[in-house]
Amino acid sequence: MTPDLCLICILLIPLAATGLALIHQGLGRSRSAAHAMLASLCSLAIAAIVFVLIGFSWMGFSEGLAHTFHLAGRSFDWLGAEPFFAAGLTSNLTHSLYPAFALAFGIFATGLSTLIPISAGSDRWRLASICGASALSAGIVFPLFAHWVWSNGWLAQLTQLFGLPAFTDLGGAAVLNVLGGLAALSVAWILGPRQGKYADRIATAIPGHNIVHVLFGCMLALIGWIGLDCAASILFYRITYTQVLLTVINAVLSASAGCVAAVVTTQLRYRKPDASLSANGWIAGLVAGSAACGLVSPLATILIGLIAGALVTLLVETLELHLFIDDPGGAISVHLGAGLWGLLAFGLFGPATAPRPALILAQLIGIATLLGVMFPLIHILHLLLNKLFPFRVDADGDWQGMDIRELGAGAYPEFVVHADEFVPR
Amino acid sequence: MSLIGYLLMVSGWLLAFTSLFLLAGLGQRLAFVIAGVLVELLGLTLIALHFRSLQRDAE
Repeated sequence: MTPDLCLICILLIPLAATGLALIHQGLGRSRSAAHAMLASLCSLAIAAIVFVLIGFSWMGFSEGLAHTFHLAGRSFDWLGAEPFFAAGLTSNLTHSLYPAFALAFGIFATGLSTLIPISAGSDRWRLASICGASALSAGIVFPLFAHWVWSNGWLAQLTQLFGLPAFTDLGGAAVLNVLGGLAALSVAWILGPRQGKYADRIATAIPGHNIVHVLFGCMLALIGWIGLDCAASILFYRITYTQVLLTVINAVLSASAGCVAAVVTTQLRYRKPDASLSANGWIAGLVAGSAACGLVSPLATILIGLIAGALVTLLVETLELHLFIDDPGGAISVHLGAGLWGLLAFGLFGPATAPRPALILAQLIGIATLLGVMFPLIHILHLLLNKLFPFRVDADGDWQGMDIRELGAGAYPEFVVHADEFVPR
Repeated sequence: MSLIGYLLMVSGWLLAFTSLFLLAGLGQRLAFVIAGVLVELLGLTLIALHFRSLQRDAE
């Protein structure tokens, strides 16, 4: 590991969070813009605190302490067993450089993961329950799966357990994005659509209020994603300096290909490029590319990004028009859809360290675990939380906007008039 | 329908996971893991249809 380079990469990750926060608030309504930004900030804050207090103990790190259980003569490493409150670090920091890096990375990574569902709950998800969901994610969901993949847990030990290649997720396509996307899906189902979204069973377009913020957020996200991909790959897969450079190149290529694919797809389907879907294509490219980042060729990365960008535009339409899922920021399509594609793509295009079907099989086991274990867990946790802190704002709040309802002041008090607030209903 | 969907998702994972213990051949394992993922997707589809029908009733 190259500590200086790793530290620089970790310090870039908050830019990804900034980018996502800008995208979320830009794609929401103006009457909820301040609420969206504050929710992102609170989510990051809660995630950081809870992860340090509890999450890091359960995430652990490679060659750290862990809980295991035995099944059919095999030992399954399923949960970290480090001391709570990161107590092991402060006592002996000079001998625990790697755990300290893992903790610093984990704080930002879990924060990024908790931001994703906020996008799906835009304009109707209450702040208290956003904080609660972030705490659950940072304290339970993220550490559990991160341990399995990045801290020598059972998904990383498929070779010893079953003679298969390890499930690989270099930049967090599964650990951050798919988990965040699954949480977004759960939140969207629990909240239901915004009022007025489906009148007479027809989807009504509710355009984002500031597309400039969205596109600026995409550019910030690129820098953050480069840091994220590089930091995770250096920390958990010990990639070489050359592979770090390839990671940077591939991140740019995958985002570019995703954006181009979305622009072309929307041009062909709607006769004009759609800015918000193109922004989604950009992020989808980053997400899909992060599973394999520095271990695939630039050509394969372009293909991965192109498919991710096209896939996202189709998924957004399917979810909104056919499944009645109101996801204002497209988080489910971008982070879940493109993330799953990226994981599968590693099996298809990753380095041939084993027979190709074995690589695909290892990736499919990870995907099956995400869908069959993590999604039910996330949804049950959200349903329980919804009983304690109801997710959805009341009907008046929905129309009034989250800014006035929850914060008492709007983001743009002097410039915006909401005509439909005065429409009889 | 929603509960059945969730049960199918968990069952899909169990199908994929147990195949790793019970089967040795790469092709057999791959077939069963793909089948497990398909069962999970079927469960996810059922849940999605359930929520869609809820939404349609509410409108």
